[in-house]
Amino acid sequence: MAKIIKDKQIVEDQWLTIKLGAEGASPEIPVAGNIIVPLKLWLAKKAELQQRQGQTGVWLDSNEEPAPLADDLPNLPLIAINFPQFADGRGYSIARLLRERFGFKGEMRAIGDVLRDQIFYMHRCGFNAFEVRADKSIEDALTAFNDFSDGYQTSVDQPVPYFRRRLSGGN
Amino acid sequence: MYIYDEIDQQLVDERVAQFRDQTNRFLSGKLSEDEFRPLRLQNGLYIQRLAPMLRIAIPYGFLSSPQLRKLGEIARKFDRSYGHFSTRQNIQLNWPKLEDVPEILAELATVQMHAIQTSGNCIRNTTTDQFAGVAFDELIDPRPYCELIRQWSTFHPEFAYLPRKFKIAVSGSVEDRAATLVHDIGVHAVRDASGEVGFKVLVGGGLGRTPIIGHVIRDFLPREHFLSYLDAILRVYNRYGRRDNKYKARIKILVKELTPAVFAEKVEAEWLHLKDGPSAVTEAEFERLRGFFVDPAYETLPQEDASFHAKIAENKGFSNWVKRNVFKHKKPGYAAVTLSLKKTGVAPGDATSDQMEAIADLADQYSYGEIRVSHEQNLILSDVKQSDLFEVWEKAQALGLATPNIGLLTNIIACPGGDFCSLANAKSIPIAEAIQERFDDLDYLFDLGPIDLNISGCMNSCGHHHVGHIGILGVDKNGEEWYQVSIGGAQGYQASLGKVIGPSFAREQMADVIEKLIDVYVDIRHEDEVFIDTVRRTGIEPFKTRVYGEARAAANA
Repeated sequence: MAKIIKDKQIVEDQWLTIKLGAEGASPEIPVAGNIIVPLKLWLAKKAELQQRQGQTGVWLDSNEEPAPLADDLPNLPLIAINFPQFADGRGYSIARLLRERFGFKGEMRAIGDVLRDQIFYMHRCGFNAFEVRADKSIEDALTAFNDFSDGYQTSVDQPVPYFRRRLSGGN
Repeated sequence: MYIYDEIDQQLVDERVAQFRDQTNRFLSGKLSEDEFRPLRLQNGLYIQRLAPMLRIAIPYGFLSSPQLRKLGEIARKFDRSYGHFSTRQNIQLNWPKLEDVPEILAELATVQMHAIQTSGNCIRNTTTDQFAGVAFDELIDPRPYCELIRQWSTFHPEFAYLPRKFKIAVSGSVEDRAATLVHDIGVHAVRDASGEVGFKVLVGGGLGRTPIIGHVIRDFLPREHFLSYLDAILRVYNRYGRRDNKYKARIKILVKELTPAVFAEKVEAEWLHLKDGPSAVTEAEFERLRGFFVDPAYETLPQEDASFHAKIAENKGFSNWVKRNVFKHKKPGYAAVTLSLKKTGVAPGDATSDQMEAIADLADQYSYGEIRVSHEQNLILSDVKQSDLFEVWEKAQALGLATPNIGLLTNIIACPGGDFCSLANAKSIPIAEAIQERFDDLDYLFDLGPIDLNISGCMNSCGHHHVGHIGILGVDKNGEEWYQVSIGGAQGYQASLGKVIGPSFAREQMADVIEKLIDVYVDIRHEDEVFIDTVRRTGIEPFKTRVYGEARAAANA
């Protein structure tokens, strides 16, 4: 079973990510086990998917809107956001919207081109799980959380910007 | 000047360690070229034509004397004993070794400096008026707001991988000396009817391949909402800016495609969710930042110093320099001095290590230990007593920094061009030099009055050619270097984009072409009419006719 980083630890991945089928074709859905389905599939077959054995999460691509998921969020255990290339930064905004605007509390996972040097910022934007690209060392990636000890801005992991904490004399 | 606290310093130190590790991983093959590229760019490191180039950040153009000395020292130790001050008020080293860069960054961190986000598709160094805090026409000191932006933009976790680079400029004066109309975001600090400070916000200006003047999307933003509003603009851009074509990825294209009104609506809708959150800036924070930019202990002096005026009367060289390089100060008896980095024969914006150290000494002796970099690539001593100006002039002359050409034709803005930059189509520096040599008669230059001549070696427009009264752009024609000429551009609140006069020229024609343009101006100008006003009055036709008509006549002869 593949390994991922979750809550700053290396753990076995309990989920299977389902890719969207080619041109309109519906991908095959396993009857049991935890799966992460594409947003489009979720929106089209929500009721059906909820009848399965095993849990269902949803993944969004970097050009997709999180708003249609808003009502489902309290019942979703996991949302994944795809990074088609690591330099495509849209996923950072989607993550913050899901956490800060829509109040998503479950696992938020970065998938796709996920590399060590982007993990620190991803974590600040609300990701707590990382499917590090298979050809890279996951142990190495685990050190990314220590890159910086603080940050200036409002973020998911520290909503109070540094200028407010600095003036109150502590963290 | 802003002084780091413990956390500011810690973050910069951690950045050095991070980049040292990234460089090691790249050199040992664990990071691919493609994976390393954005990481090194966000630390200012380019791989150039001849060697790497390192761009060091000078936040909003402000340096202390120890910082400038350190830059001189670094240039001597790791480079060829000179640096190039850029149009973004930063400094570039043209010959560092890639493996030395972590050490250079560590040296910089000892004087509260860094190269963070000086390149790459992220929020770049904020720029402002080089006379901020001392200008006679200043309404609001922009520096505390620049520092606020600096902290907000540094390591912003959401906006490190934007569609393209992102530049912000702030102005707080009657005259715009920060080119705010040609930035991704231009900010004008203003007061509302009740005297409250806020900002007029412009977006979507820019030079490059598609030059556009920015659009006002908000007339007055109360200052406590500054950061949330910037977050809203950046979020709309990050999510919807084009990523399919790097030439269409700047925010100006998004603003144009949506229309400024629709873009503004999206920003306002996003902002409504953010505005009353924790990033609303507190009065206490404004106070704290303001405290770093208080006036030095100015002496109480008469408005005009008698000895200074006596020297002007008796020394023509000094008087010329005062006319061009001395700027009116808000305090009686003081002046701001521009040290020209535009001496003929020196690449525009270049300063040697020795010069940097000597300028730091001048700053300590005459100007409270502070130096500013202008986007026109000169250095400024902002608080010199009138009674000291003659001495400063003599010393600056000895250093080759007293060329009296600020605002004149030979104060050329130029990018490093094809001599150094791998993006350039053509060289910039030899063109600048040929023009400076052609116009070496000072009396004539003074008679010509204010003319901005800007040169870019390619469409990236680092030399701001679109907003030069005369703009020169290097173009590639079948592998050869050619130069396209435009006239009628201008910076400031009345910014305009120059119009191309016609087909491009070979390098050796350029000084002649510029001379013809100037001849036309001299022939047709009204009394006291400056170059840009003549072009605005007559259009480009008379200039075009002279330049191409004569060329055609010569070809037919």
